[in-house]
Amino acid sequence: MARSVTQKRKIINTAAAWSVGLLIFFPILWTILTSFKTEAQAISDPPVFLAFDWTLENYTVVLERSDYMRFLWNSIIIAGGSTLLGIIIAIPAAWSMAFVPSKRTKDILLWMLSTKMLPAVGVLYPIYLIFIKMGLLDSKIGLVVVLMLINLPIIVWMLYTYFKEIPGEILEAARMDGASLREEVLYVLTPMAIPGIASTVLLNVILAWNEAFWTLNLTAAKAAPLTAFIASYSSPEGLFYAKLSAASTMAIAPILILGWFSQKQLVSGLTFGAVK
Amino acid sequence: MGQIQLNQVTKSFGAVEVIPPLDLTIEDGEFCVFVGPSGCGKSTLLRLIAGLEDVTSGHIAIDGNDATMTPPAKRGLAMVFQSYALYPHMSVRKNIAFPMKMAKLPEDEQKRRIDAAAQALNLTDYLDRRPGQLSGGQRQRVAIGRAIVREPSAFLFDEPLSNLDAALRVGMRLEISELHERLKTTMIYVTHDQVEAMTMADKIVVLQAGLIEQVGSPLDLYHTPRNKFVAGFIGSPKMNFIEGPEAAKYDAHTIGIRPEHITVSADEGPWSGVVSVSEHLGSDTFFHIHETGLADTITVRADGEVNFRHGDRIRLSPRADMIHRFDAEGLRIA
Repeated sequence: MARSVTQKRKIINTAAAWSVGLLIFFPILWTILTSFKTEAQAISDPPVFLAFDWTLENYTVVLERSDYMRFLWNSIIIAGGSTLLGIIIAIPAAWSMAFVPSKRTKDILLWMLSTKMLPAVGVLYPIYLIFIKMGLLDSKIGLVVVLMLINLPIIVWMLYTYFKEIPGEILEAARMDGASLREEVLYVLTPMAIPGIASTVLLNVILAWNEAFWTLNLTAAKAAPLTAFIASYSSPEGLFYAKLSAASTMAIAPILILGWFSQKQLVSGLTFGAVK
Repeated sequence: MGQIQLNQVTKSFGAVEVIPPLDLTIEDGEFCVFVGPSGCGKSTLLRLIAGLEDVTSGHIAIDGNDATMTPPAKRGLAMVFQSYALYPHMSVRKNIAFPMKMAKLPEDEQKRRIDAAAQALNLTDYLDRRPGQLSGGQRQRVAIGRAIVREPSAFLFDEPLSNLDAALRVGMRLEISELHERLKTTMIYVTHDQVEAMTMADKIVVLQAGLIEQVGSPLDLYHTPRNKFVAGFIGSPKMNFIEGPEAAKYDAHTIGIRPEHITVSADEGPWSGVVSVSEHLGSDTFFHIHETGLADTITVRADGEVNFRHGDRIRLSPRADMIHRFDAEGLRIA
């Protein structure tokens, strides 16, 4: 036997894993719980955990006051659209970096990543001005493009890593078999990289869904996604914690459910190639 | 048709020239083997012909047409890779069909060719499996099937058997030879194994450091190697080389004698030595002999029945008509 794990150790490990998991999940759990409290209970001191009067009132109010479905639709279009556009651009880019690298490929990859180190606010002015000039303010297409650009370095990096794992000989075989470049990417590379592409898509949908800086700054009413929907309940005056929590819960629910059902895919994709 | 002509082809990677100017013609229907030690440029040469690498200078013609700048997909050649390079996400059937799908062949023609190839390669029962569910030998057959259905003007094999175990290798070697007999299509086969080269080739191209050392039929190379490198590379066990006064007797700097052209006996023969190791293969016995005063070790291939042991002092007689003579540069003296 390589390594025997005793029963005691197993219990300790499991307990530790659960503790860390709960710690990470706690803010979300607290938000969900608060959304079912009254505004008074939401700020009571000491806080109540479960023994409160469960109510759906916050949800009713929130749904009455704002058009949840419009925000949801905008979020879906912006997160989905920016990811799809990003993948379409990143697959050829990652292909060329992984399979026909030049002397500068490594530098370009690092440069792309370095753009993620720049504080977003640093480019707010230029982008804002460009948006005004082009009439893109408060438009979904504008946000799709900006979020795509923001996440493109990550998409290219992830795909590059997955593509590196695919033996070049298989693509050469496709070339010998008469495949054009487009056919080689479409019929051989992409299907082989499906696990990697899927986890890239998932991660980027989540990133784009949760992106608040650009969505809040570049939208007003028409194109505002769920992040703006949450923000509209964070008011400096009045008691809005419970309603804010209800709005937050409604905003994160779709992505939470998506993440839950695809966690296996997400984990296997993120650790792809790590264990061989 | 499948005549391939290389004209002053060179290949450099950066400042390193791996193929100096090289001319070679492979005739239609020929089984041509590129053989040489690892790093001799044989695989690079094959990849240049395939179009997977661009030539640095020179021209490649396929069937008389300049194909130097033609992309691999358009050269009409099929390649079998060392790693098989099957598409893991496709069934065997789809793997074999892939080149025909790319060529947009009609479905019924595709099916006919898949069935014929599967029949010929014993793959009929495996058509719906994925490559991951097959053994090494079966995978190699699928790779060959995928090459056959294209009906290429030439097949390119890049060390196709080196991932297989010894027994399977002999079997596949025969299958590829039979395939060549049946199809009569040009085949270019790269290997570092001189036994594969000798048994399969119509024509062997021996390469060293990107240079062609000799081109000829297997028996040409065996009987009249152009230099010491070819003499030592072709034939197993290796040719014995003897320098010094013994070579001078034959008016040469070095003489070479193959192990099978020396006879051993207990008391007769001009040379003598002590048996260091005897390897019994059943049909043959290889004796490695020290203390001959001629070379560090002289290897002799004797009949399986001959029995000397470690430490026995024996006598050796070379067959005078089988002695190869080389000058100081290692070139053959006619």
